[in-house]
Amino acid sequence: MMDRNSIKGSLKGWLYLLPALLFLGVFMVYPLIDVFVYSFEEGYNSASQTYFGVGTYNYAYVLRDPYFLQAVKNTFLLVVITVPLSTGIALLISVGLHSIGPLRRFLQTVYFLPYVTNTLAVGMVFMILFKKTPYSDGFINLLITWFGGKSVDFIDGPYWAKMSVLCLYTIWVVMPFKILILTSALASVDPVYYRAARVDGTSKFRMFVKITLPMISPMIFYLVITGFIGAFKAYSDVVALFGTNLNAAGMNTIVGYVYDMLYGDSGGYPSYASAAAIILFAIVFTITCINLLASEQKTRR
Amino acid sequence: MEVILRDLTKKFPGRDRKRRSEVTAVSHMSLAIPDGQLLALLGPSGCGKSTVLNLISGLLQPTEGRILFGEEDVTSQPPEKRGIGLVFQNYALYPHLTVKQNILFPLENLKGKDRPGRDEMLQKAKEAAGLVQIEELMDRKPAELSGGQQQRVAIARALVKRPKVLLLDEPLSNLDARLRIQTREEIRRIQRETKITTVFVTHDQEEAMSISDLIVVMKEGIVQQSGRPQEVYDSPQNLFVAKFLGTPPINVFEAQVRDHMLCIGDEAVLRVGNVPDAAVYAGVRPEGFLLREAGAFSCRLERVEVTGRDISAVCGHTASVNASVRALVGTQGGEADGLSAMPEGSRVRFDLLPHKVFLFDRETEERISFEEN
Repeated sequence: MMDRNSIKGSLKGWLYLLPALLFLGVFMVYPLIDVFVYSFEEGYNSASQTYFGVGTYNYAYVLRDPYFLQAVKNTFLLVVITVPLSTGIALLISVGLHSIGPLRRFLQTVYFLPYVTNTLAVGMVFMILFKKTPYSDGFINLLITWFGGKSVDFIDGPYWAKMSVLCLYTIWVVMPFKILILTSALASVDPVYYRAARVDGTSKFRMFVKITLPMISPMIFYLVITGFIGAFKAYSDVVALFGTNLNAAGMNTIVGYVYDMLYGDSGGYPSYASAAAIILFAIVFTITCINLLASEQKTRR
Repeated sequence: MEVILRDLTKKFPGRDRKRRSEVTAVSHMSLAIPDGQLLALLGPSGCGKSTVLNLISGLLQPTEGRILFGEEDVTSQPPEKRGIGLVFQNYALYPHLTVKQNILFPLENLKGKDRPGRDEMLQKAKEAAGLVQIEELMDRKPAELSGGQQQRVAIARALVKRPKVLLLDEPLSNLDARLRIQTREEIRRIQRETKITTVFVTHDQEEAMSISDLIVVMKEGIVQQSGRPQEVYDSPQNLFVAKFLGTPPINVFEAQVRDHMLCIGDEAVLRVGNVPDAAVYAGVRPEGFLLREAGAFSCRLERVEVTGRDISAVCGHTASVNASVRALVGTQGGEADGLSAMPEGSRVRFDLLPHKVFLFDRETEERISFEEN
């Protein structure tokens, strides 16, 4: 009797999951397998649906392609710089927001605004701030020259200038979500812990390090993991800033490389694109696993 | 350390934005807690007892009045300067730290010359853990402990700095009935061993009566009565205190005094020497009824409850303020046997024990004392 009930119950559960499973199967699992197969088919032609042979040549080509290596370097730089910085700054801002009284609601809205703003619109604003045109050097250059510096071309200039604009832009775009998550995490810490700590004469700094941080650490880990994944998949932000010819600008990302291989001016190579996509998948997968292991280690200790 | 509260008042700003009326949580409270005593602040929820505790701890600042620890005025001192230990109702153990780390936490906050060395800290933590008998749990996390064990850890954490005053906020309310009795005896033992002046807040009168040296009964921010538990029980100053203390609760009747006789319904039940004629409330403790065939007071028997140790007759009476009248009848002697044999709805007669009967003014609900003969 009991067994039949539980079977019935789990059948119901599967039924509820079915639409999502079908959708995931058709649009996620099947393409993933397909891409994996493509990546080993050498010289696949999508028009004639033919290929020369099966092997690892696609990987060898992609890994030797200077554009791909540049894209990997750009992506890793972006990840390494923006994830810690954006999480750290978001934490500071959230703690600030949490501890102020009157203007809190208003400032929370202000900090959340970038989240509801279109990426390309933000890109336009960054153009105005940074881009050199025949008429103006951009607002930031105006400031730089004001303080006696030399104007820099942030959009078509040296690599570090372009990279710093990209990082700034990425941090700016991902910040609101992190602030949202962290302010609610901070609000969920039971104030009785702070009262207990106050009775024991705990300093503000020690309260933060010993009580607040450990208590919101699951949320911080969540943000770091999603931050890593998001930054590895960066593409639209780069296009918004530097246009579609990213290889020429030297600012391509891995996702950008995949896209260019498929549809770009020099595109039409689904095999190479697939190989690059699988490499990206492997990187993200590995790093996420490491992150999860680290967080589990942390919480177990 | 003697703790003195002098004319203590705490007002909170009203929640309502439009009507900025203040809420008075504690009103002009004066109290002296002698050194090394265990005091219970007792009252229904919302009576301001927890506010008093928070005022003593320094987590709240009083609106008016002073707080003295011995000779020293600590009113304006922050909690950490006062030398107190506080145990919260839900224990507030840091969930990410082990028991040992939790107990060490207050010590690690100390700075400069007050800060003991690592070995000394561990020694002190061990002593505190030994006092509450949790040495074998030192490496566990709070989530892995039972409620009673968490309670002990919280007490150990409060004691590790050797506080001058120990404050406990509803220490037993999160425990099940059996553990409650065990833990309250434990608290008593620890308090006796350490001789720390202790204040604990509770709404459970039995808890307060059983372990404290002194109890303070509060209602709506005002102290109703304070004193030794038995004194307060035997001689309540008003109807509220009489009703609040004692399980089963006191039986209250709407009664009259006529010609120096207390009349409940139509029956003159007790001689009350010096009281002038008036409408009164008469409170009779459940143990104040004596089953007598020719008793002065009669009521209709509804049922007889036998609960192990004692037998109680649950009766109905038209003048009763409570839903039913409950009279405790001793298991000794033959009288109880007769009671069980009585059919439902028959009339039972009792004599009343004069020292278990209290009269209260109908208007003010203050006690009217009477002479027994």
